Amino acid sequence: MIERRRAILGDALALGLGTGVYAVSFGALAVAAGLSVWQTQALSLLMFTGASQFALIAVVASGGSAAVAIATSTLVGTRNSFYGFAMAPVLQPRGVRRLVAAQATIDESTGMAARYEGDRASARLAFWSTAGAIYVLWNLGTLVGALGAGLIDDPNAFGLDAAAPAAFLALVWPRLTSWPMRAVAIVSLVSAVVLAPFLAAGLPVLLAGAAGIVIGLILGVQAGED
Amino acid sequence: MWPTILIASGAAYALKLLGYVVPQRLLDTPLARRITLVIPVALLSALIGLWTFVDGSTITLDARVPGVLAALIALILRAPFLVVIISAAAVTAAVRAMGWLP
Repeated sequence: MIERRRAILGDALALGLGTGVYAVSFGALAVAAGLSVWQTQALSLLMFTGASQFALIAVVASGGSAAVAIATSTLVGTRNSFYGFAMAPVLQPRGVRRLVAAQATIDESTGMAARYEGDRASARLAFWSTAGAIYVLWNLGTLVGALGAGLIDDPNAFGLDAAAPAAFLALVWPRLTSWPMRAVAIVSLVSAVVLAPFLAAGLPVLLAGAAGIVIGLILGVQAGED
Repeated sequence: MWPTILIASGAAYALKLLGYVVPQRLLDTPLARRITLVIPVALLSALIGLWTFVDGSTITLDARVPGVLAALIALILRAPFLVVIISAAAVTAAVRAMGWLP
């Protein structure tokens, strides 16, 4: 039991460090997109959900409207509702804890807790330790990237623009265990790329995501295979 | 820019909280569970495609592609998260430094 606790805390720290590295890329790219250091930091403190943050600055960087930026980041964030729904019976948070648990509900904390299905104490520890480590290191990394962006000429020279797609690939990868799910991933990925030249920034994600969901339902993705 | 940031952050938090306040039985149907499984994979895959192969609104082949391929190889080799991220950034930076791809 003590070994399992140490393993959980070690995983949480490792995931936090990895997230911190790609937070540096977020900070640098947000400032490159035209946000101030404070605006960049506010996103990491308040929004605290990487994919939505990257989606928002991507729309801003490519000159999309505020409405499209908000719509895209919000749609990308819808998955957190489903994560919260999955975590509610495990955490059973009440009062202020529920408000904090909501902010802590992200891909990584939910994913780590899901590893300990049937062991509620471990699942709770995994959720809170992962969220805590990531909150601290994600914000620290954002600050480093945002401040550093002013010092270096081109954040892309460090390959920082590859960090976000690599991080999301790492998040999706463990879920691609069945052919219907792989089909969902491939259809969504390809249709987003193919639609990009023809639609305003933000819209390709929404349409490609919808296409992937339809394919998933047609092919019959099975619940409980995750 | 501030209104965009605050509205989007408020919406993100509302979505997170929604999962904790909606009655459990409401989404406890096979269809809802399937959609729950598919949504993150579909949205994240679309973002991976855009951030690897698209620049602005142009499909491009630049140094991000070998970087993300390096991340894929790292994942197949069961490398930890940190290694996956760093190999992607390092390969992309190296390919740019060599001038092989922009």
